[in-house]
Amino acid sequence: MSFLDNFFSRKKPSSSAVARNRLQILLAHERGVSGEDDTTLLRTLHREILEVLARHVSVDQDNVNIKLDRGQNCSTLEIDIQVPETGLRAQVSTLAPDLK
Amino acid sequence: MAQIIVVTSGKGGVGKTTTTAALGAALARNGQNVAVVDFDVGLRNLDLVMGVERRVVFDLINVVQGDATLHQALIRDKRCETLSILPASQTRDKDSLTAEGVSRVMEELREKFDWILCDSPAGIERGAQLAMHHADHAVIVTNPEVSSVRDSDRIVGMLDSRTARAEQGERVEKHLLLTRYDPARAARDEMLSVDDVIDILSVPLLGVVPESEDVLKASNVGAPVTLAAPNSAPAKAYFEAVRRLEGEELPVSIPTEKRGLLDFIFKKRGA
Repeated sequence: MSFLDNFFSRKKPSSSAVARNRLQILLAHERGVSGEDDTTLLRTLHREILEVLARHVSVDQDNVNIKLDRGQNCSTLEIDIQVPETGLRAQVSTLAPDLK
Repeated sequence: MAQIIVVTSGKGGVGKTTTTAALGAALARNGQNVAVVDFDVGLRNLDLVMGVERRVVFDLINVVQGDATLHQALIRDKRCETLSILPASQTRDKDSLTAEGVSRVMEELREKFDWILCDSPAGIERGAQLAMHHADHAVIVTNPEVSSVRDSDRIVGMLDSRTARAEQGERVEKHLLLTRYDPARAARDEMLSVDDVIDILSVPLLGVVPESEDVLKASNVGAPVTLAAPNSAPAKAYFEAVRRLEGEELPVSIPTEKRGLLDFIFKKRGA
């Protein structure tokens, strides 16, 4: 019987494990939304990163994504910037004469 | 120095009133001077659970509005003379509670009692915020169930931001009380375990109260479970919680499944 038990139980995680995972994901999200400090931090970061980028390359505002995941022991800040090929080249070529 | 404890949860029906009555009576049995205060204006039930529903003359709103003195409104428990109850109003609406009025009543209670337990209404609105505002401690009553845990998480956030202590840069001491815990179902992984809930909420554990018919029996006869059935499993959990509130350091006992011989023989069935 025991191999049958294993066979069937492996397919489905226990309902308490499902509950725990769902709650962990949901609350990580809700804590992020309700924490006003985090949203102002993200907005400031977004603005300042754009300012620095604009000095060297042309980047569209929508191509800069910042995500903050608060964990219990460790939080991660994910910054994703998509730079258009043409924008990067154009800026580099204007800088080039000065460097000579 | 008097301690104010708010018994809160966000979600309704998890056992706030039962817990307020049980903890209040347990503290009073230890010789402490205790007042239990019902903040659930319009839906009062603490009086019924404590068995004093026929002795209510004045209520919290009468005292807040100055129509009665605190002394007139407090009802002394007949089984336990150091235990008093301040009922909520059943007819008035919750807007009759003013922040200043509540502050004044709380200050007056602090002078007269060692412990003041505030039974919060469900929800996260004004009534719940008034109940938690003056608290030094919060007992967060949670069932091992997803919606209750989610609501408790909201309450934790509010305790850290919307209380008098939070406004002064201090902290309300938070305690997690897990109620309606079913050890058999937890053993079968059909219910969030004690560790799961502690991990998710990150609040230190005050106690685990098992689901028990003694709780309903006690409320049927209008007595806190710690007085009606002091040797029952839930009462023992509440007595233990009280010792921890009083500052004693002792490990939390987690209820385990009670098994008879037959259950033991057929244990595979449950697993």
